[in-house]
Amino acid sequence: MKTSERIIEILLFLSAATAVMVVALIIIFLLKEGIPVLAKVGVANFCLGMNWNPIAIAGEPSYGIFPMIVASFYVAIGSLIIAVPLGITCAVFLAEIAPSWARSILKHAIELLVGIPSVILGFIGLVLLVPFIRDHFGGWGFSILTGSIILAIMALPRIISISDDAIRSVPREYKEASLALGATHWHTIRKVILPSARSGIVAAVILAMATSIGETMAVVMVTGSPSILPDPIYDILDPVRPMTSNIVLEMSYATGDHASALFATGIVLFVVVAVLNIISHKALKSKMGTRR
Amino acid sequence: MTSLISPATSDKAAKVMLWVSASIAILTLLFILGYIVVQGLPVLTLSFLLESPRLSGAEGGILPAIVGTFCLMLVALLSAVPIGIGAAIYLAEYAPVGVVTRIISFGVECLAGIPSIVIGLFGYAFLVIYLGFGFSIISGGLALMFMILPWVVRVSEESLKAVPGGLREGSFALGATKWQTVSRVVLPSAVPSITTGVILGVGKAIGETAVIMFTAGSSLLMPTSFFDPVRALPYHLYILASEGISDPMAYGSSVVLLVMVLVINLAAVAIQRHYGRHHVRN
Amino acid sequence: MSEIEIESRNLDLWYGSAQALKKISMAMPEKKVTAIIGPSGCGKSTFIRCINRMNDLVKGCRITGELLFEGADIYGNDMDAVELRKKIGMVFQKPNPFPMSIYDNIAYGPRVHGLRNKEELDRIVEESLKASALWDEVGDLLDQSAVDLSGGQQQRLCIARTLAVKPKVILFDEPCSALDPISTAKIEDLINMLKHDYTIVIVTHNMQQAARVSDHTAFFLLGELVEFGKTKQIFELPDKKSTEDYITGRFG
Repeated sequence: MKTSERIIEILLFLSAATAVMVVALIIIFLLKEGIPVLAKVGVANFCLGMNWNPIAIAGEPSYGIFPMIVASFYVAIGSLIIAVPLGITCAVFLAEIAPSWARSILKHAIELLVGIPSVILGFIGLVLLVPFIRDHFGGWGFSILTGSIILAIMALPRIISISDDAIRSVPREYKEASLALGATHWHTIRKVILPSARSGIVAAVILAMATSIGETMAVVMVTGSPSILPDPIYDILDPVRPMTSNIVLEMSYATGDHASALFATGIVLFVVVAVLNIISHKALKSKMGTRR
Repeated sequence: MTSLISPATSDKAAKVMLWVSASIAILTLLFILGYIVVQGLPVLTLSFLLESPRLSGAEGGILPAIVGTFCLMLVALLSAVPIGIGAAIYLAEYAPVGVVTRIISFGVECLAGIPSIVIGLFGYAFLVIYLGFGFSIISGGLALMFMILPWVVRVSEESLKAVPGGLREGSFALGATKWQTVSRVVLPSAVPSITTGVILGVGKAIGETAVIMFTAGSSLLMPTSFFDPVRALPYHLYILASEGISDPMAYGSSVVLLVMVLVINLAAVAIQRHYGRHHVRN
Repeated sequence: MSEIEIESRNLDLWYGSAQALKKISMAMPEKKVTAIIGPSGCGKSTFIRCINRMNDLVKGCRITGELLFEGADIYGNDMDAVELRKKIGMVFQKPNPFPMSIYDNIAYGPRVHGLRNKEELDRIVEESLKASALWDEVGDLLDQSAVDLSGGQQQRLCIARTLAVKPKVILFDEPCSALDPISTAKIEDLINMLKHDYTIVIVTHNMQQAARVSDHTAFFLLGELVEFGKTKQIFELPDKKSTEDYITGRFG
């Protein structure tokens, strides 16, 4: 092989390796910046500690992010409770019921919705939803509920399009067999099509959860900022501070251990999202496995 | 099955329910877009687009933010496109099946799954501090590159894989080398769909805020070099809204941002249609 | 008696653990047409793809035995596949014109091999199109996209493209299987013309085609060479029972 060909192949390989190198650098730098605080307070105390008081005027600062981890999950799960039923029904509608004109409108709408920057959704939440919740449900308006609704709007298109794909990949014969047995279309959808598409839909839901937990801008503008658990714990009208908000709200003035604690928050966030992504991939893979 | 409702009725009811939920989704979308546009249009004047902000953005325009966003996109694209296409060529055309390739694909997937705020933190620690780029267009643009790189790799790889194998064979059979085949036959055939994909990637990145807030800075001055800090439009919108500086200005900025996203997406669709017509015949 | 251009000696080929060719030994003479016939999956395409090393692109493909081109080992260490393919061109089953103009398609090979001179390229394009009987049809349309041509024209373009590289051997891998009868007849006429200047090996599942165009015929079955000889003899007086069965349409 000519040397020029060889050089080109090496250059291409280096381009391909860039992504791996960036991931490695991300992990290295997060650890480098976050480990000082993790070492000082301990991983368990950091993750399970109830107190976040990084700039203690008197006494020791404390770095506990448990309320924020809870808040991240709270808001994300809340968004799924809203978006999953709506998303799956939309997907069923798209794949099974919709006449082609409705399908094309919905498809375009989904693409548009995906395209709306999250900061704009956060802004809309801030100016429309926060006052609405405050006036009609009570509380501050900045709340778990508000965050969940905004995140649900973001998660919806993703859930719809992946579920739509999952439903469409259900073999035609299953559906025809059911219809041929005299089942109604709806009965067929509920008893045959949805169960067959289940693992694909589960993967979509977990992926949506990972995205919701990692989402920043839409959340920080509408959930408020107190770094404590809601009281009582089931009060969805209480404001909370998810992990992403913690980073955004304090990064601009944090120094020393405080900044390190924010990087440590980033590490926890990274791990949570990575675990969810892996579970989602596994769910998709196992679907492929049974299909063959 | 003993049910009070006949199968036919429940079938009908279910379908009505499906229509209703699809309509809810559409109406929500229309409401959001409509509300922003109605609120933002009065603000949209030529001076809003062409003037610098005054009083932290409470008055004046958003020109530096538009320029800033443009510069960030430029840096992100100039770095992500060659690397991303190079990576895709390696994965689609060169990579032997094996551990190394699997690690690379896994790395691309991993990078795609990392939350943007984490990439922002990394960009701050690595680009701004460690490499000493400071809060600048370079730092912000490269951080954005980390974010869109997986997307560019994925769309390019798919586009390359969609090129019929017969073209490669034809070229090899004429005595072309691998790189000649890739660069003269395969890549040109894939360029239209790669372009579409990359433009869609820009549409995703243009509204991205968390990545640039700790990397590009928040200066409202017009940048004079790629090492100057800028405040991109979405970040400007965030500051306007969250610090309560000016809601009308925030609406105006939202409309501009939305129009940018829309134009970008339409451009991608137009390119796809244009080339689609010429290539289907094959 | 003409010289032997390509010779295979005890050629074995495996895809992974499956053996696709078994002890193939045959000699293809210069400036003659050698046809390879046999039922689907008999290894005939696999065999001619060995000759220009197209199988290099297939993962897990392993070859033993000898395959000689002008006396040099095609799979020898000092053989460069790229150089080899300049001398041994190939026309594929499905026409595969590049999505570029007719001119650029023909000029592709010479350009890849470093020719930049415009006049020289013009001359090669014209010659190649004339030699492939396409000049009269597309001589005025050189800037048009090659993918807009009809299937038969596309295939003749692929032949012209191959001629432009000035090979010694042209391999045809079922060149007419995607074409209508009229286009097929044109390609066959072309092969009859080309054999005065080129050594041709053609794989076909169409026995009449083999009988019409070839000087020698090889019959492959399940990866083995059953019989090889003058076409007239193979078709009129085959040695082996299975050859006769295949030719008379009893199987395949």
